[in-house]
Amino acid sequence: MSLTMPVPATGPTLTLDNLLDSPGGRELQSCIQCGICAGTCPYGEAMDYPPRRIIGMLRAGLAEEVLASDSLLFCVTCYSCMAKCPRGLRLTEVLLPLVKEQVFGRLPEVPAELQKALQNTHRYGNPLGESPRKRSAWTAGSPVPVRVLATDSRPVDVLWFTECYTAYHPRGQDTCRATAKLFDAIGVDFAILGHEEKCAGECARLAGETGLFESLTDANLKVLGKYEFARLVTSGAHAYDAFTHEYRALGFDQPVEHTTAFFARRLDRLKPLLRRKLGVTVTYHDSCALGRHNGMYDEPRALLQAIPGVKLVEMVHNRVNATCCGGGGGGMWLDTFFKARGQERLADRRVKEAVATGADVLAVSCPYEVSRFEDSLKVLGYEKRMVVRDVTELLAEALGAPEAA
Amino acid sequence: MNVLVLMKMVPDIVEELEIGADGRSLDLDAVRPIVSERDDHALEQALLLKERAGATVTVVALEAPEVDEVLFTALAKGADRAVKVTGVEPAPPTAAAAAVLAAVLPKVPNLMPVDLVLAGCQAIDDLDGVLAPSLAERLGVPYLGIVTGITVEAAGAGGTASVLKEFAGGTRGRYTVCLPAVLGVQAAEKPPRYVPVAKVRAAMKARTLEEIPAGDGGAAQLVEVAAMTKPEAAGKAEMLEGDPGAVAAKLVEILAARGLA
Repeated sequence: MSLTMPVPATGPTLTLDNLLDSPGGRELQSCIQCGICAGTCPYGEAMDYPPRRIIGMLRAGLAEEVLASDSLLFCVTCYSCMAKCPRGLRLTEVLLPLVKEQVFGRLPEVPAELQKALQNTHRYGNPLGESPRKRSAWTAGSPVPVRVLATDSRPVDVLWFTECYTAYHPRGQDTCRATAKLFDAIGVDFAILGHEEKCAGECARLAGETGLFESLTDANLKVLGKYEFARLVTSGAHAYDAFTHEYRALGFDQPVEHTTAFFARRLDRLKPLLRRKLGVTVTYHDSCALGRHNGMYDEPRALLQAIPGVKLVEMVHNRVNATCCGGGGGGMWLDTFFKARGQERLADRRVKEAVATGADVLAVSCPYEVSRFEDSLKVLGYEKRMVVRDVTELLAEALGAPEAA
Repeated sequence: MNVLVLMKMVPDIVEELEIGADGRSLDLDAVRPIVSERDDHALEQALLLKERAGATVTVVALEAPEVDEVLFTALAKGADRAVKVTGVEPAPPTAAAAAVLAAVLPKVPNLMPVDLVLAGCQAIDDLDGVLAPSLAERLGVPYLGIVTGITVEAAGAGGTASVLKEFAGGTRGRYTVCLPAVLGVQAAEKPPRYVPVAKVRAAMKARTLEEIPAGDGGAAQLVEVAAMTKPEAAGKAEMLEGDPGAVAAKLVEILAARGLA
């Protein structure tokens, strides 16, 4: 059962006008205006109306003023305000998406990179603007065979929803190949949707493009309905979030796991195979979607600690306090917008913390983070001191004979 | 003021282009049509004119796969009317398309006269940019291409527009054009706007596309494609390696051998 309220376009129409009278909205009436949300927000100081003020303005009937400002584009849906709210208000789940949808619809101009990403997602099913037919092109370089359901539709245990950056970005494809190798190593029966898969759409939704999200969920649910599988496992942190909450609310009822948790739950089978010593110090960045929104803090750490020769160190901000990479809620395509408003990229901020730990490797489990953090390491001149690896990449590297180290 | 925007579908080059079985055309099954990028700019320019001075914007396109969504998207963005010319599949070559449009436009109810006809100045299957000037010739009105800005000074009979046209090297010229006129738009004054998917869906439910049969307005094809081939890899590239001094010496030697240094 989902904790999330239906998005306005799909559910009984929840709008800003009737929000405060709805069950979820009545909850917002209990806001004590303490301002922790604004204080914990990574871009709080850049917003005309951080969550506290939004609630205050709504209560005062000043919604229009809030909606006229584009500064809510700074909301990277990191779930910090929601995690810290002493009243337990579901700000990132209920309030902010409704406000962002209205703000998005009124933007005089959608920032160019975000516009391109949304148009690409609408047309090609991925924000990168790559050919939908090439969504499984990465399998050509896979160390193990990968079944594509469109060509072999027999029932399968794990339907692996690869998601966009994993399927197309060269570094994401490394994650895909590592994940395929791990599935194979522990004998998992898995298959992908290939060209039939479209972006899960979570970032489009949280950027405020709810209509696009709706068309993506329609398409994905239709395709998923064609095949028989025991569980859906995804490499995308945001896809995991979408399937766990939104797709659930739309009737998707199969078990959903993120690759990190999937392998962590099968560590008894995986650990004996991790025989190659890596000899590195690793710090782990908690993805907002997996960590703060879904409480997945221990699984990635358990996996990292299972790798021979890995020393795990923590950043100053970790687990519920982890700071965001800035990629959520459309932020992935708003770096230029943030810069133009004189704001630091959040990925730069995070990478400085990671480097300060002295670790060699920054481990991640969200496909956005690989490219975001690698860019930041280069921009800040740290590319020789630290590398970024998906947790599955480190696991795949540790597979094999000990002498290979 | 009445502004007419012509939009057309072209092959989306996100997919690899393949040659058809006849060896003279694209394999259209291997590509998906997409609206021509410069036509999207023409629409944006028309919408900017509408916002600045008020105008009725009518979008016209020849029937083609997926063109309906393009027309509904134009309506969602702010166009007032969308007209689809039917009975023209497969798509006629450019000069013939201009003839079809010239013949059919006067038959669209309550459309002509218009003050401006805007089209992309080029398309990836019309790099010479023949469509707009051919249409202007047939309509007997002036044409100006590679346009990057339009200000209508006075609409209606005897009206004029001040038009910015781009030349090589960043040079620009400002022209006064008598209306009605056909303008080939290279780029709108602002990038084409985004329209949320929900608005396009709403337009699909609430609005209708007007349809008009093309009739026999076609012209004889003046140019025929004899053969179409994919680019062939030829020659070779040599990578010069070593320390910069040695690479420079080798480079000088190569250039000298070709009489270039």
